[in-house]
Amino acid sequence: MIRNDKSGAYTPLFCLVIVLFSLAGCSEYRRTGVSESGVVYCSEGDPSTFNPQLDASGTTVDATSHQLYDRLLEINPKSNDLVPALATSWLVRDDGKTYVFQLRRDVQFHTTAYFTPQRSLNADDVIFSIDRWRLVGHPYHQVNGGEYPYFASLGLAQLIKEVRRINGYRIEIELNRPDSSFLANMATNFAVVQSAEYAEHLLAAGTPELIDTQPVGTGPYKFESFRKGSYIRYRRHEQYWGGDVAIDPLIYSITPRSSMRIAKLITGECDAIAYPAHSELQILEQRQNIVLDEKPGLNVGFWAFNTIKPPFDDARVRRALALAIDKDTLINAVYFGSAERAKGLLPPTSWAYQSSQRDISYNPVLARQLLDEAGIPKGFSMDVWAMPVERAYNPNARRMAELIQGYLQAIDINVNIVSFEWSTFRRKLQEGTHDSVLIGWSADSGDPDNFYRPLLSCSAIFSGTNRANWCNEEFDKLIDQALQYTDFEQRKLFYHMANNIISDDMPLVPIAHAFRYQAYQSQLQNFELNPYGGVSFVGVSKK
Amino acid sequence: MMTSYLLRRINLLLVTLFILTIASYALAYLFPGEALQNLSGQLNPNDTTYAALSEKYAMDAHPIFGFFTYLGHLLHGDWGTSINSGKPVLDEILSHLPATLELSTYALFMSLLIGIPVGFWAGIRFHRSVDYAVMTGSVVGFSIPVFWLALILIMLFSLNLGLLPMSGRISLLFDIPERSGFIVLDILLSDVPNKREALYNAFLHMILPTLSITIVTSAVVMRITRRSVADVIQSDYIKAAIARGLSRTQALWRHGVRNALLPIMPQIVMQFTVLLTNAMIVELIFSWPGIGNWLLQAIYQRDYPAISGGMLAVSAVVIFFTLTMDVLVRALNPLKRRDVHGTI
Repeated sequence: MIRNDKSGAYTPLFCLVIVLFSLAGCSEYRRTGVSESGVVYCSEGDPSTFNPQLDASGTTVDATSHQLYDRLLEINPKSNDLVPALATSWLVRDDGKTYVFQLRRDVQFHTTAYFTPQRSLNADDVIFSIDRWRLVGHPYHQVNGGEYPYFASLGLAQLIKEVRRINGYRIEIELNRPDSSFLANMATNFAVVQSAEYAEHLLAAGTPELIDTQPVGTGPYKFESFRKGSYIRYRRHEQYWGGDVAIDPLIYSITPRSSMRIAKLITGECDAIAYPAHSELQILEQRQNIVLDEKPGLNVGFWAFNTIKPPFDDARVRRALALAIDKDTLINAVYFGSAERAKGLLPPTSWAYQSSQRDISYNPVLARQLLDEAGIPKGFSMDVWAMPVERAYNPNARRMAELIQGYLQAIDINVNIVSFEWSTFRRKLQEGTHDSVLIGWSADSGDPDNFYRPLLSCSAIFSGTNRANWCNEEFDKLIDQALQYTDFEQRKLFYHMANNIISDDMPLVPIAHAFRYQAYQSQLQNFELNPYGGVSFVGVSKK
Repeated sequence: MMTSYLLRRINLLLVTLFILTIASYALAYLFPGEALQNLSGQLNPNDTTYAALSEKYAMDAHPIFGFFTYLGHLLHGDWGTSINSGKPVLDEILSHLPATLELSTYALFMSLLIGIPVGFWAGIRFHRSVDYAVMTGSVVGFSIPVFWLALILIMLFSLNLGLLPMSGRISLLFDIPERSGFIVLDILLSDVPNKREALYNAFLHMILPTLSITIVTSAVVMRITRRSVADVIQSDYIKAAIARGLSRTQALWRHGVRNALLPIMPQIVMQFTVLLTNAMIVELIFSWPGIGNWLLQAIYQRDYPAISGGMLAVSAVVIFFTLTMDVLVRALNPLKRRDVHGTI
């Protein structure tokens, strides 16, 4: 009897279990019908345009550059070598100023609902794409804003003297002076190739502005539709020159909240997500079907001293302050360990990285001694400016400033932490009234020049990226000389000499190279994190 | 009699809508920034555009004249341009409103389907254990804030059990062209090869948002029904029917149901407003591409033409629905036919 009663009581529970098990069958709800080859990538925001020439922001580049377009060359993320893309081969003439590119044949542009190309890629398309940002008088230069931020920041328009067509599949670019970072710049996410035929077609139709909102390129995916704040839909480019594309369709689901992206990755609504927040990484690590990739990013977070303001014009003072802080603790507390300790400006992924570069270690006693030598009294007061925003290279500058405050207290230096709203902060920084500032830099190309020149060259004081206001002629000469050579080994020598100057003079204390993260379902294969920014689905497939 | 009643209702509808448009026009002046910009949605127009816009909205004339010009534009379907998207506000509303209506319809249907029978059951067992149990459940149900409930459901069914999706109306991998804006209808109208999977997928997406709203609304419906049924059961005519030899069930079916349900129809209709508000909150949590989600984005972005247009559209829907139901109730309920003067 008792047993009967028990089984009676358990019947509803048993039913519930049955119901739950039958529902569990639905947990594969996404893998039906079309979804088998489709991929949903949850990105953090709307691209402002579909042409990365026009916008240097990471969001735009991630959404467009490697999906819609190709470049003349690519950088191999593993070896950092330049590899052929739209150009099958290239050579530099003996003067070091003239580059010849041989273009790939039978590269087809996208056939879309709004345009059917009549011909494959040739020299005209490449010349059109370069001249668009280079020549102010070009019919397309002013279309959609006429601002080309990446090319402008490096002065590339002024560097190129002429772009010549030799024949249908060969072009020649002549520079005003030798520049060995030129090829790397032609391989960045911004140097995309658009269709000249499509441009002419639009010009004839009187709607040139559509070139960047209804894009046509040669990349692995073609544009289908975009709904602001909701999704971008790409389809497979059937005639992609790089081989078969396994994914169709590719969808960007725009999900601005980081916690929401992580939740959607867990439920399987996203196959991959952009920028998981550092503080939420642990949740993902526990999941077995989710892969969390980390790579040191091409960035550097640093503490820069205003070297034109006494007593920070004294290298001993700067060295003393650098000795007084424990970088490892800062990295643990601010980056939650998800960063690499920085020795110099370059992260270890750069080919010019010098593993033997002198690093500075925590030594408060020596620091106080140096300060005494330099005549800095006990109780001296200084400002540390901390960025008000979160950046990849420094997720929490304010917290870092507080930690530094504690360290400097130990050597009898008082620190005032200063912070303004972000745009005011940058304006005031430009005025140069700070003592020191916690800030950083994210590079766009793998070329080391992209770190040295904007951060510490004399001319960068005026363009507003040299926060140390440090000008050293010897250093400038070295980084200029480095550009005269194309051989990496030779260039390295110059950069290593420049590193020595930085280590001796200590205009800034490099603190960390923050890791970049990418999280995705384990069914996605070959989905590699690109150290140069930009998300690429070339060669990615789904099990 | 009915005709004059209908005319009165339509009159009321028009007057209310007219007052709403006055409010919407006034908003353009009350919002920060320039009224012309808030009306047209054109940011920083150049001089020629400015002059053209100024003339279009009769900015130089008396505001009353300006209002009637605005009303004219509204009637012609020109609701200004959304600052955020650059598209006409009316188009945006028409593409977002159906999603909200769809969600609300399912939720309302489910609430009635659950609320009325359960309420009936509790009413029959008035002040007995079933009644107490149902009432306890109902108090819990409508005391829970809907956004919290939605999050708990997501945590349980999406994140922990992995059974149901948590965002959107359908997996983005299905390419359903937008025709009516109602996802189920759009799937049926579309020529996608795998309609069954698409419908199933849409159904899975629907469960959690609908459930969140249903739990709250059905709790209220339950209470209303229970009260009414309890009153009817104790009424003299039921007692008389039983005295004449009908069984309890017969008496209830023949005399109880209609008499219990008709008086509460208006009260249930009133719940639609609350339900719509809840739907707009739930949309945000489940990234449901409806008008609530859209309006909230508009508020974040200070997109004034969209805010006032959205407000106008949502209130018009509420008023239209309430008045239609009012007419319907009157058609069904002979008792109501006597009082001629309208109430909302």
